Amino acid sequence: MEVARFWRTTGQRYQLTGEICPNCGNKIFPPRDVCPTCEHEAKTAYTFSGKGEVYSYSTIHAAPEGFEKYVPYTVALVRLQEGPLITAQLTDVDTHEVKVGMPVEMVTRVLREDGERGMLVYGYKFRPAVASPR
Amino acid sequence: MALMKPVRPVGIVGYGAYVPRYRLASNEIGDLWTDGNAITPVKQKSVPGLDEDVATMSIEAARNAMHRSSGVAADKLGTVWVGSESHPYAVKPTSTIVAEALGATPHTLAADWQFACKAGTEALQAAIGFVGSGMSEYALAIGMDAAQGRPGDALEYTAGAGGAAYLVGPAEGAIAEFEGSVSYVTDTPDFWRRQNERFPEHGGRFTGEPAYFHHITSAARELLEQTHLQPADFTYVVFHQPNAKFPLKVGEDLGFRRSQIEPGLLVNEIGNTYAGSSMIGLTAVLDIAAPGDRILLVSFGSGAGSDAFAIRMKKTVDHHGTPTTSDYVKRSVMINYATYSRFKENYKLN
Ligand SMILES: [Zn+2]
Repeated sequence: MEVARFWRTTGQRYQLTGEICPNCGNKIFPPRDVCPTCEHEAKTAYTFSGKGEVYSYSTIHAAPEGFEKYVPYTVALVRLQEGPLITAQLTDVDTHEVKVGMPVEMVTRVLREDGERGMLVYGYKFRPAVASPR
Repeated sequence: MALMKPVRPVGIVGYGAYVPRYRLASNEIGDLWTDGNAITPVKQKSVPGLDEDVATMSIEAARNAMHRSSGVAADKLGTVWVGSESHPYAVKPTSTIVAEALGATPHTLAADWQFACKAGTEALQAAIGFVGSGMSEYALAIGMDAAQGRPGDALEYTAGAGGAAYLVGPAEGAIAEFEGSVSYVTDTPDFWRRQNERFPEHGGRFTGEPAYFHHITSAARELLEQTHLQPADFTYVVFHQPNAKFPLKVGEDLGFRRSQIEPGLLVNEIGNTYAGSSMIGLTAVLDIAAPGDRILLVSFGSGAGSDAFAIRMKKTVDHHGTPTTSDYVKRSVMINYATYSRFKENYKLN
């Protein structure tokens, strides 16, 4: 695993930090420095609330290397409250419980580890919202 | 004078709990190792999922503490301290991972604390001093563990996962104020784990009287004497909770009633969360306490020592939609021993 590559993307993986377009107010994730809507330069950091809902999903039974221990698990397209769609693994949920439109929230979890001796990679996943309404 | 009190008044500005969602019933363990003949020390314990460790659990508890603080910015944190005996790395701090996830980097004092089950309250004592001396406006102290028990050992029934984070800041505007604290330590070999061992060893019966009971009662009595308070002056008392019996017994020895102890007693539902144990007992009490209520918190860590704190509620907590301790305790999914074994990564996949 390339340690430097993971280190450079720590902000977006740990905190869901993307960008906001100073021209049209569009919120961007992952950060790309240019607004996909108006093509204006967009380098202002914006941290997302982490709230969203499941837009679509797929259950993984044959996992890529490094993710075998999690099968079966669900990868979802999550529509963030602020607009962008992002792809993420769902956690703390049984695969049959996942539904389109299900409210989810971002949590920081172990994404993968590089064997018993390598580094641990942490990043965002989404899970069903915990707080009871009050 | 054994009572510790900072130069300027300090309080709890925010707090947050975390418990993983999985539970293993004690009879699952007892059926496997004793043919169902075990006298189980708790009903069930919490078990972390495959993608959870002390870093991820600390991040969630810390985010909850920040949410309850009504707008303290992460870059105002003078410390991000994590007390645990199950840090994910042997060398590499958990605290920098947590600090980065909160957005508290780079100007913060990040450090991992160690003192068996007292590591969290030790960080809390230091955070009180850090803010109380004016070194920073805010300090974050976390107690969190994903405890390991050798399969079949008495500790396997109770070794749970979870804990809590405390945002310490000026008493003015705080949820609760620290009225004073005491620390009491001796060199007592009741429980230990050598550097390269996976599971801890314990002194069997020795863990009771000279360790748990001696240190907790000594710290608590000193605190009561120095603050001129009686057990009846406290609405709630929270002790370290290695099993369901010890906290009730030590409370009775000190003159507390069950009704003062039970609201903060979570061990039957989530097990012993080690460095998180008394810390999360306190979050359960803060969730329900009213302004003016006094709370006594007494931790215990093997090796051995206790920290005791007198805390006074100043206002009703505004949760800002943050999950309560009870939300996490109730969010439970029972698993069997095979799934537990899988989560402990006891099966080799390749
Ligand atoms: Zn734009």
